[in-house]
Amino acid sequence: MSEQRKAAVLISGGLDSLLAARVMLEQGIHVEGINFFTGFCVEGHTHAIRKRDQKKDKRNNALWVAEQLGIKLHIVDIVEEYKQVLINPNHGYGANLNPCLDCKVFMVRKAHEWIQAKGFDFIVTGEVIGQRPMSQRKDTMPVVSGESGAEDLLLRPLCAKNLPETLPERAGWVDRERLYGFSGRSRKPQMALAASLGIEDYAQPAGGCCFLTDESYAIKLKDLWHARGNREYEMDDIMLLKVGRHLRPASHFKVIIAREEGEANFMQGYRKLYPHLKTVSHGGPFALIDGDIDDQDVELIARLVARYSQGRNADEVELSFTDLAGDTRTLKVHPMQGHEIPKEWLI
Amino acid sequence: MSRQIIDCRRLLCPMPVIRVQNAIELLPDGSLVEAICTDPGALNDIPAWSRINGHRVVEARTEDGEYIIVVEVVQDSGP
Repeated sequence: MSEQRKAAVLISGGLDSLLAARVMLEQGIHVEGINFFTGFCVEGHTHAIRKRDQKKDKRNNALWVAEQLGIKLHIVDIVEEYKQVLINPNHGYGANLNPCLDCKVFMVRKAHEWIQAKGFDFIVTGEVIGQRPMSQRKDTMPVVSGESGAEDLLLRPLCAKNLPETLPERAGWVDRERLYGFSGRSRKPQMALAASLGIEDYAQPAGGCCFLTDESYAIKLKDLWHARGNREYEMDDIMLLKVGRHLRPASHFKVIIAREEGEANFMQGYRKLYPHLKTVSHGGPFALIDGDIDDQDVELIARLVARYSQGRNADEVELSFTDLAGDTRTLKVHPMQGHEIPKEWLI
Repeated sequence: MSRQIIDCRRLLCPMPVIRVQNAIELLPDGSLVEAICTDPGALNDIPAWSRINGHRVVEARTEDGEYIIVVEVVQDSGP
């Protein structure tokens, strides 16, 4: 009996990688999944943060897919290494701050390292030619396999028939005839394949799993980099860009105002790292301040935060302000009026 | 039986899962890993990860707003 070959499949939680893994299982390959965590993943974080989302199904789709397939899943933290991909992408950005091609190259490179360390034979992705405008094109497919170092150890079962043979095909580990030749943006071939394999439940794919493809998130990240004069970031920075209303009344500080209770609870976890404000006399939001501020700034911020409180029409709103040293004082201010808040403040 | 406690407070999923996974990789069969989390998603994700990787959740409870999941390590020899 021939040796059972082992493949590591990049599992995103979407339909394509689910199908790619399933196609390999159908051919008797031992499959394990790898899921990379960049810090910019959408689903888990927003569900955890926002109270109104907390009743939604909280399943992690990558874990769910692995469980449906009956395969192991290894989640790999690439937050630190990913910074260089995002800050200096060789192939530039997509519509927003999404370095999709560099991202794919990086993930396949990490997967290549992983299979070498774990004794696996090849790498599988759910890529389909023409599916994505930047990273999944006929001319970028060889870029991913070449620059990652994976070369012909990278097999894309869903579009393999449109690509040159890879080692797993040439060596007879997998049967090329039982692979597919999908191309283009249509999801119909994948949905038909899913149906034929009896797969009915899967996450709706739309490339929306990364915050970097989101325009408003990208604007906030660019603002952060601009304000700091460099492109460095920490995990706390990118987490806080996911929550609250961000306003920048001056170049040296911005205010993050919670929009609902879940966000306020999450932001409270940062109260020792940032000066913060809370309304006292009326119901109102919790707010963090990012930047170096003086007393005049505090007054302005207090008026701004009061505007978003239930006391917005009152003559006076009382707030408590806590500085970085942990010293708290109260302020009484007249809430800012709508016309006093220039649109440019809103990031 | 050894018991390793992992502080996952303020971490959002999948970070608690990654912490548990990385701890388990280094532990022998039968060890216990206790994850203390504040993200309720951990109550779903750590058991899901444990199931698919062959480990056993022996306890999952909520205590003072924290979510505590205890996993027993089951190391196999692989395929």
